[in-house]
Amino acid sequence: MDSFSLGSALLQYTVSGLTIGVIYALVAIGYNIIYNVTEIINFAQGEFVMLGGLFAVFFAQSLHLPIFLAFVAAIGLTGLTGFAMERLVIRRARSSTVLSLIIITIAVSILLKGTAMFWWGKNPYSLPPFSSGRPFIVLGAAIQRQAVWIFAVSAIVVVCLTLFFRRSAYGKAMLASADNPSAARMVGIPVRQMVLLSFTLSAAIGAAAGVSITPISLMEYDRGALLGLKGFGAAVLGGLGQFFGALVAGIVLGLAESFCAGYLSSGYKDAVALVILLLALFFKPEGLFGSREAAKLKRF
Amino acid sequence: MTRKDWRIFLLTALLIAAFPWMVQPVKAVSHYVDVMVFAGIFALVCLGVTMLMGYAGQVSMAQAAFFGIGAYTSAILTGRFALDPWLAMPAGASLAALVAWVVGIPALRLKGHYLAMATLGFGVIVHIILNEEVEWTGGPSGMADLPGLHVLGWKLSTELAWYYFVWGTVFLALLFCFHVLHSRVGRALRAIHEEESAAEAMGVPTARYKVQVFVLSAVLAAVAGSLYTHFVTCLNPSSFNLMWSIRFILMVMVGGMQSLWGALLGTVLMTFVGNEWLHVFAEFEILVYGAILLVVALFLPKGLVSLFTRKPIVHNA
Amino acid sequence: MDERSKRPHAALLQLRNVQMQFGGVTALKGISYDVPSGIVQAVIGPNGAGKTTLFHCISGLLTPTAGEILFRGLPIGGLPPHRIAGLGISRTFQHVALFKSMTVLENVMIGRHPRTFSGFWSAGLRFPRMRREERRILEEAGHYLEFVGLSGERDLPAGALPLGKQKILEIARALATQPTLLLLDEPAGGLNMRETEELGELILRICETGITVTLVEHDMNLVMEISHRILVIHYGEHLATGTPEEIKDHPAVIEAYLGGG
Repeated sequence: MDSFSLGSALLQYTVSGLTIGVIYALVAIGYNIIYNVTEIINFAQGEFVMLGGLFAVFFAQSLHLPIFLAFVAAIGLTGLTGFAMERLVIRRARSSTVLSLIIITIAVSILLKGTAMFWWGKNPYSLPPFSSGRPFIVLGAAIQRQAVWIFAVSAIVVVCLTLFFRRSAYGKAMLASADNPSAARMVGIPVRQMVLLSFTLSAAIGAAAGVSITPISLMEYDRGALLGLKGFGAAVLGGLGQFFGALVAGIVLGLAESFCAGYLSSGYKDAVALVILLLALFFKPEGLFGSREAAKLKRF
Repeated sequence: MTRKDWRIFLLTALLIAAFPWMVQPVKAVSHYVDVMVFAGIFALVCLGVTMLMGYAGQVSMAQAAFFGIGAYTSAILTGRFALDPWLAMPAGASLAALVAWVVGIPALRLKGHYLAMATLGFGVIVHIILNEEVEWTGGPSGMADLPGLHVLGWKLSTELAWYYFVWGTVFLALLFCFHVLHSRVGRALRAIHEEESAAEAMGVPTARYKVQVFVLSAVLAAVAGSLYTHFVTCLNPSSFNLMWSIRFILMVMVGGMQSLWGALLGTVLMTFVGNEWLHVFAEFEILVYGAILLVVALFLPKGLVSLFTRKPIVHNA
Repeated sequence: MDERSKRPHAALLQLRNVQMQFGGVTALKGISYDVPSGIVQAVIGPNGAGKTTLFHCISGLLTPTAGEILFRGLPIGGLPPHRIAGLGISRTFQHVALFKSMTVLENVMIGRHPRTFSGFWSAGLRFPRMRREERRILEEAGHYLEFVGLSGERDLPAGALPLGKQKILEIARALATQPTLLLLDEPAGGLNMRETEELGELILRICETGITVTLVEHDMNLVMEISHRILVIHYGEHLATGTPEEIKDHPAVIEAYLGGG
């Protein structure tokens, strides 16, 4: 093997690592939105990603909608699922213990997964890429057009969210209810509505990730748990609640996974992100960008 | 153990002892003995889950992993190295204890959601290892033709023999757990669940106890895993995945997490639900599990036993 | 008690420039004071002065960011709370932190934890030594309940007691650890007048058994009546120390309470 192909392999792994990493970042942002408002970690977050992908398949293959309409419809429908989850389940569990809340979101994730299996069966589904054409060749590495789309989608999501939280009254109200729910309630912010919005929004973002990744890596009913777990890894590594941190950490995770698959063992590539998750939880639970003191204050 | 517990203990023991004689003559239900062997094996795991989650208040989504560590250690040592099962079983339990100890020290500093995620991640890693180390574990297709079990020179060749052996073990473990609960250790565990910092200020080394009860639950799960290996004599990783960790929690929750009797009741009930009554749903049984889990967590968080016990009045000062 | 409090080497607890910071907020700006053995010592100060933070530092729930805490001459800053409890410091909490679903008796039995030994094995296998210890724990816990006057409620869940009795139960639980130093965090908070009076008597009785009591309290009548010495802190700083009489007329103290407080 000459040095050129070694270099291009490296580049190839980097590109695929970045692609999947950005997806993890989107999943992580989904966790962050709900966590910021409710301090709940939603164990069903990964299922939103799976649902997004499969809904898009349904709209594009069964209803023959153009891919962009399918994309939007899938996001909308998954957002609706998040909405329903909050309305029907989380709202009833307001006074539950943390333990019950964990079990409840896990139960929802099982139900979503089971329903998906019921509708779509156990086979993986594919989706045409958002635009057709041959991959770009950069320095000997092939970059699929879908990868470019994935970067675009995540860039749009990150920009929109930043604008939403910084500029819009709704976004600011959401941050306020996260910071201090009772004070927010006193100044007239409808905290319940914010919680509802957070579930809807984070389901929609999960779905965006799911639709974008399906053309590259297919989608099936049981992909949610692992995607969710890795996304959570990115969320913790980036500092729970931090959007920028999630982006960086997602990419770190994606690269680690891709290099492991390329150079070490493809069988253990799923374990890499999980080992990083455990190390982060064990040794730096406040994340790379979170502050230890803030984490400590929360405990007392 | 209180006098009431002793009464329930004797009654349950009698019922378990008589069970085969009640169902065996009836053709349609004679295989219930077989189901009950599984229930007994799972009950060992669930006793650990109850101690850990119900009493000490620590979530673990990794019990299937410890079940798997016990099962595979027994399978590999007896199947590949022809070791005596009675030596393999403590080896599996020790390995599970060691792993639980190493993982538990950092993990149990975490609380609530974080602890759940950490144990979940650990469980998935173990499952990946079981799938990937094909040379040792046989990978996704697993291992077959594993040896059965001899007890004091007698081969456990019938389901009835297994039934009594497994349930005997369950009752020993149950006694052990009851005694722990009604001691300073058990009180300390419950105190950790209710007010961790107050427990710590009263001199309870909370970190150490949390790790110890985690190790106890891992050992119980590993012993159950060894029994499982020798009972079914073939293994594959799908019996040790995340869904199984959730099923163990479900069993305990259905019966009532804060009672060892609840754990037993829930385990037996859910084993029958899983092995017998959900066949009509085939693979969609997962939907039923999700629904049961949701309903129990929302509407009956203390499980079925809470229907039989009076609720204490507690003021929140 | 006056002569005892003047002997510096008898100090049971010594704080040397104890500081505590949370992020950018400084809750304690260097507190130094001594608690002599065998007295009732009050810590007072306006809300947010850092009194509870100080107790958290002494009992180990927080580790001071700087300074030294000596208990019987030994540095204890940074030790985990259960070790500090073992050394003989026990406490109650501002917001009652009982084990609510456990019985009154069981709560006090938990207090015996640092003075007993049985572990998982001896408990699970019910060794005779463990059973003897268990009987002793039961008996001793009963004594502490009797001491505070809660014997009648021993089998109720702790959460079922009215607030006044919950506060007393917390004291019994703390006493069960056989402390040399007892920290009471606002023991009279939420109590009515009669209950407060009984509490005062109980605290004096505890002091008579040789236990040094330090309390944070807002009820000035109670503080003035039972304390031998008072420490005043204000915005995390040492403001004054002295006998109740001295503190009552201390200009800085009056200023803190009436002025900026």
